[in-house]
Amino acid sequence: MRCYIKKSFIFIMVCAFLCFMGTLSFSDDQILQMATTTSTDNTGLLDYLAPRFKADTGIELRWVAVGTGKALELGKNCDVDVLLVHAPASEKKYIADGYGVDRQQVMFNDFIFIGPKGDSAGIKGKTVKDALSIISSKKVPFASRGDNSGTNKKEIILWKDANIPLPDKESWYIQTGQGMINTITIAAERDAYTMTDRGTYIKYESNMKGNPPLVILVEGDASLRNQYSVIPVNPSRCKNVKYDLAKKFSEWMASPAIQKMIGDFKLMGKQLFIPNADEK
Amino acid sequence: MDYILEGFLEAFQLLISGHPETYTAIFTTLKASSLSIIMSLVMGVPLGFMLGNFDFAGKKQVRAVVDTLLALPTVVVGLFVYALISRRGPFGNFELLFTIPGISIAQTCLVIPIVISLTATAIEGLDRRLRLTLMALGAQGRQIAITSLLEARYAVLIAAITAYGRAVSEVGISMMIGGNIKWHTRTITTAIALETGKGEFAMGIALGLVLLFLAFVVNSLLSILRRRS
Repeated sequence: MRCYIKKSFIFIMVCAFLCFMGTLSFSDDQILQMATTTSTDNTGLLDYLAPRFKADTGIELRWVAVGTGKALELGKNCDVDVLLVHAPASEKKYIADGYGVDRQQVMFNDFIFIGPKGDSAGIKGKTVKDALSIISSKKVPFASRGDNSGTNKKEIILWKDANIPLPDKESWYIQTGQGMINTITIAAERDAYTMTDRGTYIKYESNMKGNPPLVILVEGDASLRNQYSVIPVNPSRCKNVKYDLAKKFSEWMASPAIQKMIGDFKLMGKQLFIPNADEK
Repeated sequence: MDYILEGFLEAFQLLISGHPETYTAIFTTLKASSLSIIMSLVMGVPLGFMLGNFDFAGKKQVRAVVDTLLALPTVVVGLFVYALISRRGPFGNFELLFTIPGISIAQTCLVIPIVISLTATAIEGLDRRLRLTLMALGAQGRQIAITSLLEARYAVLIAAITAYGRAVSEVGISMMIGGNIKWHTRTITTAIALETGKGEFAMGIALGLVLLFLAFVVNSLLSILRRRS
């Protein structure tokens, strides 16, 4: 009896151990953990680049797609090795505070304002400042990421530049707290306006088979530029981060071949990101 | 309305054609929850036995705490485990954040109260005379424990299955600790949340069907066992 129980106990322990090893066995050193913004994931850009990165360097890229604010936070906690984010002002402060090193800009696109086809508020073709003041004075529903992401940070700056206090508690100001494509979906359900990066919008357009309920209304303003950068987490703060792999990724992203590959990434025949690693 | 019907049709196609993304999510869920159930049984059953079998000062209070923990919110578990296994946290060196073992550890914390509480109840529900008989026959500590647990085996299995149902269907922990990483820690529940948010229903529906099927299997097992015990 005793022997039988002992055996079965050992058996269970061995099973548990094997399960554990099974899930751990892939964790050799060649894994790069990245925190990134939702746009690079939602659009499929990373799915497109990661296999090539693996083929070129043997390093497996894994990413969590969160807002830029959260990504920066993950870097502060030393939970990831490298960041791919888009909030230049916050990034510079981040580097100055010693959390990240060697910021490398890699590509850009632009932000756009989208809204219902009917455009009841009439912001089509207006400047960003005019569009925002029309939205806030007419109190039309506006969906904000509300998650401290790069897009959210940009939106807050634009409200500030337009001299309008952030409509934080207004009932027409919908703070979703979710990723970009989710926020567009929510805006579509609520017939609301929102601001998005162009890449995610093109992805949304293609999801909707080219006939989206929300259309581009404001674009092309110089203040709407959206710059993406790679930032390795500072190895002198975080002992465990894989700085060498992070640096390799950063250099790889900036290399001419990959820059061209980023430029070639298209959905519905439209280019989503414009490479600019060599731009000063 | 068409898109719902289309979603279902596409969902069946995904399931039948063995769509890799869908199946990876299914296997990730099974891996994480099986691992957490094994861990919670190994630790929870002995603890449950002790709680049910022995009388000690403060037993009622311990029992009350365990029963309260049955309603543990997943996001609170996620928060605490996250803080502990973050690289900055005390167990950071094990690099468990954003891995399946990390999810399993948090799920273990979530379901171990279920295992302990249900095991303790089962042991308490055994015939008082069993213990006396065993002692009269000269059984010692461990032998009493093992015979009692064997007597209560169906109830312990019910505990395990209830716990499994909870682990498979939770979303908060998988999202916070797993990070919803494609091909690695994207589980059934986090994938459904993501796909619905993106407005792509087919994969969500396919995974939802699988989850419903799992829940169905778990519940039929439960009712069969209840009838037996």
